[in-house]
Amino acid sequence: MLSRISSKSFIEGLLLPAVGIFIFLLVWQFAANRIDTSLGQFPGPVEVWEQVENLGAEHTREREKEVAFYERQDTRNAKKLAKNPDADIKIRPYTGKPTFIDQIFTSLVTVAAGFLIANLIAIPLGIVCGLSAGMYKAMNPIIQIFKPVSPLAWLPLVTMVVSATYTAEDPMLEKAFLNSAITVALCCLWPTLINTTVGVASIDKDLVNVSRVMALSPMVHVRKIVIPAAIPMIFTGLRLSLATGWMVLIAAEMLAQNPGLGKFVWDEFQNGSSNSLGRIMVAVLAIGLIGFMLDRLMLTLQKRASWDKTAVLR
Amino acid sequence: MIRKTIFSITRRRLGALALGSVLSATLPFSAYAELGEPEKDELKFGFIKLTDMAPLAVAYENGYFEDEGLYVTLEAQANWKVLLDGVIDGQLDGAHMLAGQPLAATIGFGTKAHIVTPFSMDLNGNGITVSNAVWKEMKKNIPHEDGKPVHPIKADYLKPVVDKYIDEGKPFNMGMVFPVSTHNYELRYWLAAGGIHPGYYAPHKGDISGQIDAEALLSVTPPPQMPATLEAGTIYGYCVGEPWNQQAVFKGIGVPVITDYEIWKNNPEKVFGMNKAFTEKYPNTSIRVVKALLRAAKWLDENDNANRPEAVEILSRSEYVGADYDVIANSMTGTFEYEKGDKREIPDFNVFFRYNATYPYYSDAIWYLTQMRRWGQISEPKSDDWYFEVAKSVYRPDIYQAAAEALIEEGEMKASEFPSFASETGFKPAQTEFIDGKVFDGSQPNTYLEQFPIGLKGDEVVK
Repeated sequence: MLSRISSKSFIEGLLLPAVGIFIFLLVWQFAANRIDTSLGQFPGPVEVWEQVENLGAEHTREREKEVAFYERQDTRNAKKLAKNPDADIKIRPYTGKPTFIDQIFTSLVTVAAGFLIANLIAIPLGIVCGLSAGMYKAMNPIIQIFKPVSPLAWLPLVTMVVSATYTAEDPMLEKAFLNSAITVALCCLWPTLINTTVGVASIDKDLVNVSRVMALSPMVHVRKIVIPAAIPMIFTGLRLSLATGWMVLIAAEMLAQNPGLGKFVWDEFQNGSSNSLGRIMVAVLAIGLIGFMLDRLMLTLQKRASWDKTAVLR
Repeated sequence: MIRKTIFSITRRRLGALALGSVLSATLPFSAYAELGEPEKDELKFGFIKLTDMAPLAVAYENGYFEDEGLYVTLEAQANWKVLLDGVIDGQLDGAHMLAGQPLAATIGFGTKAHIVTPFSMDLNGNGITVSNAVWKEMKKNIPHEDGKPVHPIKADYLKPVVDKYIDEGKPFNMGMVFPVSTHNYELRYWLAAGGIHPGYYAPHKGDISGQIDAEALLSVTPPPQMPATLEAGTIYGYCVGEPWNQQAVFKGIGVPVITDYEIWKNNPEKVFGMNKAFTEKYPNTSIRVVKALLRAAKWLDENDNANRPEAVEILSRSEYVGADYDVIANSMTGTFEYEKGDKREIPDFNVFFRYNATYPYYSDAIWYLTQMRRWGQISEPKSDDWYFEVAKSVYRPDIYQAAAEALIEEGEMKASEFPSFASETGFKPAQTEFIDGKVFDGSQPNTYLEQFPIGLKGDEVVK
């Protein structure tokens, strides 16, 4: 069997990455042993792995507490009903702390929401800008000015505006969630917008001419010609956007204490326990891995959506 | 009067339940009207990662909130500003607050909003730490006994060090956690008592740095960053709550020179703050919150701090304070380590229930207001009546009393554990145990201010 795996693809596919990771771990451990912080020694791979196990155990414990919480609540509600059969019985959600794994899911949902909002704006706007040079000229200064703005600058504005305008008595969405999602959207809409514009503007003249000869209506032109032709560029934009969005989200969560991985990192920093740095390192690795997986996901989607199956994607 | 569901059955709680039902059976026509169901039962409370948030953690973990039918989520906040804004805009239903925050918000220093407090969370619990280099200089001036410095250490011994810095044209920077924090006032009190001017605020001129005429320049640093900022050399000392003084000792980067217990014995520290609108809209909820907190505070001090090790374990969990058990235990179990190896007994380093620690005394509020006036945060002179009115609009012993009476009625606590409500005026007798020997009588705020050589008094305004 082994002989059938060509030695070149074996080296490129497995051996080289393994060597890279191994050397990285060695350097990390070596450097960690030499950094003393006010929270103790900088964590090496071994300490970080310990914290991974700790966080897993904490998650299990928290789930047990959650079950107990609901049992207590049931008993309480039963007593209330026994006393007064007409009593208004509600089931309250668990009030315990979100674990590391809960925080990962919160962050994923938030980034998905922000990304969706951004693209609902960026793709249509990008198509319009790509089709009309006048529109592009009008939009360009605004794009260029807002593109480099840091999430840390948007966040206070978003927070204040959301607080002022979103004042439902029993809101369906948490304000904190909205703040994070909108900040993500504001920061990650630019790459998609610019790439879509460029993609649409640089469609092959032949395709445009075909459309003209067949006298396609503008909507059909966009659907049948423009979007398929611009798909590779749009996806490049989407991948950049998602990467930006994920990075921005963590910063926004840290700054505003919105639930998610960013809050986890900040809380650990504030804890100042001897485990804190190890746990932050776990979060850093998780953030990196998730960012990587999100990018792979977009790449897979792009392969599915792209009509040119021969194009090399990396 | 069935009000308790027993989950983790302990003998004590069973006993309390039995006693509660006996009492309610024998006193069917009590003067006390039974407390209704909470109007809002899903609540979110904010806190800062400091050991004095303990009553909140204990009320949650021991099920006291649930006993009141309250489903509470506790959420750590990034800093005091974020926490205050959360309470003001309703994202938080209440929070562990600096005593100065509800007062400052109500009179409009910083953010303007009417915040009230029905519950005082603890007494003492802070310390002042200086860097190793400053300590080395200071130590030369301090008298010793048996090879150890004589405590309390006054700022008089720091004065020559500060003067030397000023002579060399170097600013003497120190850190505190928030402009209206206890820490700011304690640090200023200690410095001024030693003849070091900590500077004035002048909000009427738009100056909120608090460094006008200052010899020691105080600036805001968040509590957990204190040790790192000291280590980096940005500040030469700081005043902060635990565990951030003991952390400096553990890491060998600084020396705590004095605790606030020695600056003012049994000084009021944090409070539990709620929006006034919240307490008006949800009166039963407010009373029930205070009931749960009272039980937690009592548990923390019970049997000579017997439960403290358990409390330290709770606090060391990452969702609460999260620092190492040993670091938290150092101060929470009645000791305090000054210079490395110099560990001394301070059983009252942090008090949660004894000495009526939980009662919201008007005089406590007035002390904070006098300090705001002393350092110019209140820029215009105010009449004594003004002080009383502000205190009465922010401190709410009425809610406290309702909660205490409910607990007495239920047999959970005894009347002797509370001030006697019939005669309580809300003013503590004149307090004398300050480091500079001054006397604080809450009924005479302006006269109190007249005593200090450093600080605004009478009609003085920072020009």
